[in-house]
Amino acid sequence: MPVGAIVGIIVGVVLAIIFGGGYNRLVQLRNQTRNAWSQIDVQLKRRYDLIPNLVETVKGYTKHERETLEAVTKARNMAEQLSSAGAAERAKVEGELTSALGRLLAVVEKYPDLKANQNYLALQEELSSTENRISFARQYYNDSVLKYNNSTQTIPYNVVARAFGFKSGEFFEVTAAEERKAPKVSFT
Amino acid sequence: MWEQISSNRRRSIALTIGIGAILLLLGWLIGFFFFANGYAGLVVAVVIWAIMNLVALFQGDSILLSVSRAKKITKSDHPRLYNIVEEMQIASGLEKMPDVYIIDDPALNAFATGRDQKRASVAITSGLLEKLNRDELQGVIGHEIAHIKNRDVLLMVMCGILLGSIVMLSWIASRVLLFGGSPRSRSSSSSDSGGGIIIIIAIVLMIIAPIAAQMIYFAISRKREYLADASSALYTRYPEGLASALEKLAASTQELRSANKATAPMFIVNPFRGKGRSAADLTSTHPPISERIRILRSMTGASFANYEQAYEQVRGSRKAVLPGSALVGNGEVEIRAPRPEPVEPLRAGIERRRETSQAVWRMNGYNTIRCDCGTWLKIPPVLQNSTVRCPHCGRINPT
Repeated sequence: MPVGAIVGIIVGVVLAIIFGGGYNRLVQLRNQTRNAWSQIDVQLKRRYDLIPNLVETVKGYTKHERETLEAVTKARNMAEQLSSAGAAERAKVEGELTSALGRLLAVVEKYPDLKANQNYLALQEELSSTENRISFARQYYNDSVLKYNNSTQTIPYNVVARAFGFKSGEFFEVTAAEERKAPKVSFT
Repeated sequence: MWEQISSNRRRSIALTIGIGAILLLLGWLIGFFFFANGYAGLVVAVVIWAIMNLVALFQGDSILLSVSRAKKITKSDHPRLYNIVEEMQIASGLEKMPDVYIIDDPALNAFATGRDQKRASVAITSGLLEKLNRDELQGVIGHEIAHIKNRDVLLMVMCGILLGSIVMLSWIASRVLLFGGSPRSRSSSSSDSGGGIIIIIAIVLMIIAPIAAQMIYFAISRKREYLADASSALYTRYPEGLASALEKLAASTQELRSANKATAPMFIVNPFRGKGRSAADLTSTHPPISERIRILRSMTGASFANYEQAYEQVRGSRKAVLPGSALVGNGEVEIRAPRPEPVEPLRAGIERRRETSQAVWRMNGYNTIRCDCGTWLKIPPVLQNSTVRCPHCGRINPT
């Protein structure tokens, strides 16, 4: 066999390994971001399901808070409608829902009877856990996207990414500065 | 940063092989000593090891959990704990929700088990559960989930089995030696001068092997504790939670009743920390708690790089504690604000105690219901009535 052919075969094999391995790795990373995204989805849905219950419980104890309650319901419905939108748009409506909920929980401060209600306490635990889950899911999703994006931009993966059309992922950012903090669930 | 930390794994595999080599050497020498045939001893060593492995593989989790007298709970038994485990499962990207167990014990401790990520369990003592607030509990659970995620449990079980085999083999051999007389008299055909040296080596090794293997085991275990602490800080974005939980753990002097030497590395803090033990003890399964707290408190961000920096600062050394592959490409990770307690600390403490004691009652088959007058009624499993009268106010409550 001529030397040229042997060199050609070796180069071909090396390229195949690099491309094959790179492709698999990118698929793996992309799947990870997709799984992470579906986890955010699950937790946001969980929050939609909790809100009507919360609103009902609060309604029974309060008289003058109709506006706050309606704002929460409205924000919830709005967020649910946009639940198939992209990360950036969705982050915005979910952020609004978070702040509406924060206002409602601040209002509850004025009603000691409600705060002592077992049903409300259980709901409050579920709600604050859901808020935590959303932020942990977001954290994991953003880290996965960062890792995936970093890979698509570095050698040798960038070549593979361009060849097979791996697009970079979109971060799930909370826009307003006040929403970066944990929701106010303080009842001192 | 989320993938398997490979260089750490490689180092651990090397250490495991090291312990394995000690086991084989010991087996060979014992075989030479008792049967005048090294291979026979090798076979014995491997058989002991294989049996222990099989048992651990199929029954390990349930043995560990039942030895620790842990009881599995569902979400309704203790919603807060269950929620926090689920939160940490999400934060770590663990595939499946681990089973949650409570150990009814006033000592403060927690551990994780499970040979793979799909079949893992987290256990915590009731004592710890009632002492920690939400952020602290999150830090502890984050540490345990990190053990599962970093495959520490599998590694520690594998090393533990090897260690156990070595101890067992040495123990059997030393008993035979003490009570069985001199086995060499039966095989007088072999040359005496060479045999004598081997006897001495075998005896020395029988004494040293368990200690050496234990030291390796403990060295691996300590490294893994640092990594789990760093991971917990990363998952929770709040190192102070774990730091303050560790502080409470350090203040407690109660020893866990159901722990033993082999299960010690599984716990979040060494269950046998006696008084007067020197800080950097070689035979300790865990780094000193005060040091772990100081490292967590000197972190300026929540990333692995921040942990590494804090470690070097506290220890005053430039020797890396986290594997290099964990430190690249993290970006900036901010520490979050503490989550406010929903009620004042004193009442929160009382409520946690009630919550935990109810979970423990439920674990034992009791049902707790609340009467309208505010009294909690505990219904024993033997009571078959459909209603029960409140002893406090006389109301009739459905069971």
